[in-house]
Amino acid sequence: MAVNQYDAIIIGGGHNGLVAAAYLAKAGKKVVVLERRHIVGGAAVTEEIFPGFKFTEFSYVVSLLRPEIIRDLELPKHGLKILPLPSTFTPMENGDYLATWDEHDLTRREIYRHSPKDAEAYDEYARVMARAAKAIKPIINLIPPDPSSLSIRDMLGLLKVGQYAASLKEKELYTIAKLATQSSADLLEEWFETDALKGTKAASGIIGTFLGPRSPGTAYVLLHHYMGEIDGAFRAWGFAKNGSGGVSGSILNAAQALGVEIRVECSVSQVKVKNGSAVGVILENGDEIQSKVVMSAADPKRTFLQFVEQKYLPDDFVTSIQNFRTRGSSGKVNIALSELPNFTAMPFEKGHESILHRGAVSISPSIDYIERAYDDAKYRQISKRPYLDMIFPSMIDPDMAPPGQHVMSCFVQYAPYDLEGGWNDEKRNELGEAVISTIEQYAPNIRKCIVGMQVISPKDIERIAGITGGNIFHGELLLHQIFFLRPTPQWADFRTPLKGYYFGASGAHPGGGVMGAAGMLAAKEILKDGN
Amino acid sequence: MFNLKTTPFHERTSALCQPQNWRKWAGYFSAGSYEHVLDREYWAIRNSAALIDVSPLIKYVIKGKDAAALLHRVTTRDIHKMKVGQVAYTGWCDEEGKMIDDGTVSRLDEMMFRLTAAEPNLRWLSMNAVGMDVSITEVTDEVAALSFQGPNTRKVLNKVVEMSVDELKYFRLMKNRINGIEVTISRTGYTGDLGYEIWMTAKDAIKIWDTLMVAGADYGITPVGILAMDMARVEAGLFMLDVDYTSTTHAWIEPQKSSPFELGLDWTVALDKKGYFVGRRALEKEKREGSLWKMVGLEVDWVGMENIFKRVGLPPQIPGMAVRGSLPILVGNVQVGYASTSTWSPLLKKYIALAHLQKPYFEVGTDVRMEITVEHHRQHAPAKVVKLPFYEPEWKRK
Repeated sequence: MAVNQYDAIIIGGGHNGLVAAAYLAKAGKKVVVLERRHIVGGAAVTEEIFPGFKFTEFSYVVSLLRPEIIRDLELPKHGLKILPLPSTFTPMENGDYLATWDEHDLTRREIYRHSPKDAEAYDEYARVMARAAKAIKPIINLIPPDPSSLSIRDMLGLLKVGQYAASLKEKELYTIAKLATQSSADLLEEWFETDALKGTKAASGIIGTFLGPRSPGTAYVLLHHYMGEIDGAFRAWGFAKNGSGGVSGSILNAAQALGVEIRVECSVSQVKVKNGSAVGVILENGDEIQSKVVMSAADPKRTFLQFVEQKYLPDDFVTSIQNFRTRGSSGKVNIALSELPNFTAMPFEKGHESILHRGAVSISPSIDYIERAYDDAKYRQISKRPYLDMIFPSMIDPDMAPPGQHVMSCFVQYAPYDLEGGWNDEKRNELGEAVISTIEQYAPNIRKCIVGMQVISPKDIERIAGITGGNIFHGELLLHQIFFLRPTPQWADFRTPLKGYYFGASGAHPGGGVMGAAGMLAAKEILKDGN
Repeated sequence: MFNLKTTPFHERTSALCQPQNWRKWAGYFSAGSYEHVLDREYWAIRNSAALIDVSPLIKYVIKGKDAAALLHRVTTRDIHKMKVGQVAYTGWCDEEGKMIDDGTVSRLDEMMFRLTAAEPNLRWLSMNAVGMDVSITEVTDEVAALSFQGPNTRKVLNKVVEMSVDELKYFRLMKNRINGIEVTISRTGYTGDLGYEIWMTAKDAIKIWDTLMVAGADYGITPVGILAMDMARVEAGLFMLDVDYTSTTHAWIEPQKSSPFELGLDWTVALDKKGYFVGRRALEKEKREGSLWKMVGLEVDWVGMENIFKRVGLPPQIPGMAVRGSLPILVGNVQVGYASTSTWSPLLKKYIALAHLQKPYFEVGTDVRMEITVEHHRQHAPAKVVKLPFYEPEWKRK
């Protein structure tokens, strides 16, 4: 039985689980990661769905992967490469387009074409957002203190936040207060007049939420996305070599090099509790693994409502986890292409390289367009004309598709988890068709280019990646679900009401995206507790 | 026109060079970069296939019965041991064992070599060839060269060459044909990645460029300028004349000179080789007594640097490209050396530098501090001496 005794058990081999395992192993702990699927990576996986075509199935860009994780775990040595995504291209309904490029003056000139006023406002907006992001960024690496607690640790933590808030200029505080309460539409309308610009900016405020651009609170999500921007050239933003699976793969290699044991096809049924403490896990096949530390890298609902018997948790805690919003609102359509779809707004000749395909293509012609897409979702329908965020991974990393052919990744919102009549094959086809016919409006040859297609609904995200509700952030980034409220008040410091049981995933502070921060911070807390 | 020369690829490179940021390289125009932002070019070297015009490299063909003897005498390598088809990287020194220049020696034939150099060396070579049966011809203008670097280069080359390059080993060369045109392909480069250098007659240059660009289209081929290459070469721990060391021919004072040992080139100094070579006695002495300086890698501690910037309320600000400028290195408050090139490494997410440190501070693991400028003030960021290269992918030699 010696084999089944560890210093720490990590439930779930997503990127956060792997990061936590690696940090614990680095501190000399004997760690095992238990993964339900045949591969690790969770929602950061790359799979060859059609021969030669690699799909970065769920998550598709690296935005906020913490640079210190990259350095601490030496991920580049283990294969991590984050490749640039230099542009965003928004085709417009009138046949024109709006683009932002990686060169500042090219972007300014492009926006100027639409509105000289917006071209100037764009710079100012970027500075204000970057300053606000810089102002709140230190909070990301902070263990959220509990404002109601009188413990020294929490008091010191609060003091830090307080000192920090006091160090902000009045103007910055106002900006942050406004960002925290406004809708992204209201915010953007204060700044810009070009519809496609507002639409495209607003889109990043709704990703992963079940809200529309006119819903209050979405401005904060815009800010969340600016966090990656302020490190300038040092950012870890882009498309990972071999897709998101490349990120998990490098963390996996690093973890294994540090001695972490990985068990795949190994489902956990229950956390074993003895005298009020977690003492290990019971697997679905009945086997038991022992450890004084168990960390869940699954979503909050699975972590607290499925793996632990409710009698071990306080009632109000259970209620608040039950109320945690994990409404999946997006899907993913992955397409294998024989050739690149040609966008009529900026066509390219055969044999010439198309510049727009190197970056993102956003179907977000206006705020109204996205709000309308949300209207459908509010009434539990798939958006007839959804917001799409598309990239062509094979243009960034040629190894993603056979030479001369391509893969395309389409993030699609809204596709409500709680669809009227429920999800089935027919509904899945409907989602695929909504995506293709939307693209077709701007790139009429799209259908001819398709050699294979995979449609992923929120239900599929739940089924395959094991995320309750299929929410890509394991829980929406809403103001009442972040910082000391994530996943629930009093328990935002990666500890749980069950001694020895920890929680370090996207549903914990600081939230979702292929970021790794929750896993890293949780591991550090586990070590602090003397485990 | 009275101007710098253009390389045989200029017709193509000038049409592609968007920022028009021409650099001067040995009297030629050389594209700094082809795009306004270096990211894609840098990553082409590390992830796909970078096409770099390196024609300005100074090249000599050394021919004749005593060709090997001349190079054996001038350089520090054991040239007589080189087989035909072998390439050797080497420095060459003056009588005091201090570096004049560095480059590659390619044995094209039993009695024919090609030597590349950063600067003109004809006079030095001729001085050393007195009484030898050898001809030294500069072929810089006649021979165009492309450096083709990155993990996908082998796949692309194999599409266009007559004979597969699969068996071409690291630091070997082969005669081959691309599109029917005679070329020499060597498994060499200045990036520390999988890569090749393609040598051709100047008149064939455009045809070879076009053939590669078409063949590489599906493999991410990207024309790359010398600015991105400069970042990659620092990651690879490769230095540059006049940036990281001063040639004895330019040095005004003794301390400006460097020996191959001081530059970490121990492995290229064949003290066991037969016969005389220039600088032998001095190098033997240095080997016996140990060197006073050594070029090493430095990794700046990011958190330490962040903290220094934090004091003025800024996130770290360092240039996103290689900087060729001297930065003092301290231990305590005493200067123990200097960094000659520093760069942000997009791959490693680290700020790294090539540095020259005095004994005993050049030992791996030594904690030092490197000068950084924070809001116009000199500060010193903690850094550590590390082994070179900073980055070495497994496929570099495979």
